[in-house]
Amino acid sequence: MKIARIFAVMMKELRQMRRDRMTVAMMIGIPTIQLMLFGFAINPDVRNLPAAIADMADTAGSRALVQDMLATGVVRQVAPARTPQELQALLKRGTIKIGIAIPQDYERRKIDGREAVQVIVDGSDTTVQATARQLAAMPLDGSSGSVSSKSGGAPISVLSLYNPERRAAVNVVPGLIGVILTMTMIMFTAMAIVRERERGNLELLITTPVSSAELMIGKVLPYIGVGLVQTSVVLLLGMVVFDVPVRGHLIDVYGAAMLLIVASLALGLLVSTRAQTQFQSMQMAFFLFLPSILLSGFMFPFDGMPVVAQWIAEVLPLTHFMRLIRGVMLRGASLFELWPDVLALLAFTVVMMALAISRFRKRLD
Amino acid sequence: MDAEFAIRARGLSKRFGALLAVDHVDLSVPRANVYGFLGPNGSGKSTTIRMLCGLLTPSEGDIDVLGLSIPRESEALRRRIGYMTQKFALYEDLTVRENMEFMAAVQGLSRVQRKARIDELIEAYSFADRQKQLAGTMSGGQKQRLGLACAIIHKPELLFLDEPTSAVDPESRRDFWEKLFDLADAGTTILVSTHYMDEAERCHRIAILETGRLVADGTPAELTRALAGRTMGVQAREPRRAQAALHASPGVLSVAQIGNELRVLVEPGRDAAQLQAHLRASAIDAEVSAIEPNLEDVFVSATHRAGTAGSDASARHVAIPA
Repeated sequence: MKIARIFAVMMKELRQMRRDRMTVAMMIGIPTIQLMLFGFAINPDVRNLPAAIADMADTAGSRALVQDMLATGVVRQVAPARTPQELQALLKRGTIKIGIAIPQDYERRKIDGREAVQVIVDGSDTTVQATARQLAAMPLDGSSGSVSSKSGGAPISVLSLYNPERRAAVNVVPGLIGVILTMTMIMFTAMAIVRERERGNLELLITTPVSSAELMIGKVLPYIGVGLVQTSVVLLLGMVVFDVPVRGHLIDVYGAAMLLIVASLALGLLVSTRAQTQFQSMQMAFFLFLPSILLSGFMFPFDGMPVVAQWIAEVLPLTHFMRLIRGVMLRGASLFELWPDVLALLAFTVVMMALAISRFRKRLD
Repeated sequence: MDAEFAIRARGLSKRFGALLAVDHVDLSVPRANVYGFLGPNGSGKSTTIRMLCGLLTPSEGDIDVLGLSIPRESEALRRRIGYMTQKFALYEDLTVRENMEFMAAVQGLSRVQRKARIDELIEAYSFADRQKQLAGTMSGGQKQRLGLACAIIHKPELLFLDEPTSAVDPESRRDFWEKLFDLADAGTTILVSTHYMDEAERCHRIAILETGRLVADGTPAELTRALAGRTMGVQAREPRRAQAALHASPGVLSVAQIGNELRVLVEPGRDAAQLQAHLRASAIDAEVSAIEPNLEDVFVSATHRAGTAGSDASARHVAIPA
């Protein structure tokens, strides 16, 4: 292996990249757009649910409770109602998602410790249902003691529970670094090699003394740079726009990113040894991308998945990265403490790279 | 391996599934020669070249290139050969100079060597005012010239050129061939495939391939000499009718009209008198005379035999021992 040859391949790749404006735009554009989409649009927590409140007790305590509920911002009163029947009618028409009924004997029930408030919910949307359950838990906590004295404290404790924007973004942004790297790194490398095959460059290259390892390492190096730029873009936007905390060391964040970048590049190289056309390589990259995004714990909690899905997830680099990056960014852990996942990513890289280099023949047959 | 030959192949065969693309080809390419591979598309020229430079593994046969046993020692061979295809295989989105720099580095030239060699080639191949032009924006002829310059950037002993001029205008083709002879003069052995007769005519030696078989090889002069007495010129008042009559006549291999004259290739043992008699019997007034055979006749004669009388291998071979 000669450094000069690796360098030559890398320089060539950088020159081509520089002339390909579209690809450069995509490298920066993809993370930015994805971050905005995932950060703002995909939001598992809910605000401003249309609701109606039928306060049949109409006491000082019940009025305070209504005010507390509205103050959380989770529900928004959109229609007047006097009875539970009216609430059901509104729900059926779709005017409201949540109806809150406070019975006439609210104060008495509260003292007796019976159910004091009924929340009627449009259960067809599970997210709304979950929100309603949380909402229903509120008055029982908030009014367990003396209502008048606690009414000032109750909204505060609720606010900390219902802080939808913060919670979503905090979970999404670190994971998004992984999703973007997985998607772009596999695809870019796979296409970069297959493009040479398609255009006939490879047939010429394999008649020269350049070795498979030199060629692959040289081609992959510039993309490590691209991956680090993408990581920085997501990280920066995440911190500025979504106020995502980085509780661990920045060096650990980049270390984790680096591990995933290298693993994805190795996987991309392996794809490139199989795919004959750029279109095929894109299909294969996508085929790998879907399970990554679904099973890695980015979308759904890992522990909630069936055992078989967990086995599959353990083989995906993104799963391990999710654990690393959430550990580092949110819990302030160091990579050293998270060594099993570091090791898993390294092992994955070594295996993929070895497979790719052994599969890449300097032959046409 | 004697030093006289750059390439020796014995019983070289390549099978792709049921198709026998190259069928027991024997080749000997002398050093510092321009050796031509002539044959129609699909005759196995590219496959043979790819096997010789180690890109494809032969199904059968022995190859010795520059004293190395191929495909076993392909990696060692790669430092000593240059390779170029019909399709432009360099990078269209790199400039002329960048392409050269890349190829020079990949071939293992040092930084200092690279600079000197590239300057030298840019001068010799007249790219002085195009150094910064993107390769993709050049004409077909310029691209092939760049391809050649990059193929010889490490001064290989042996050059494989697979139909290098098929997408190039006649003038550029002529320039390209001048460059090849310069290289051969300097001691480079060149194996070039083509389907142009005029190019084949210029080679030191040629081999004619037909459906994977070697049907003729030798110098162009030897090959044409072997056909002496078998080519006739026919001057007739009604050439089209004469041509139809000749096609029906026994022993006639091919008839081609050139202007008002017909060029006829006959089987061995036939002569002008027989042809004249046949035409007279068909009530056609014509003048038959013997003419000098050319390489096209060699090609027609060689490929015709392969197509019709395939079983008799010895009769198929027009070759003169090397």
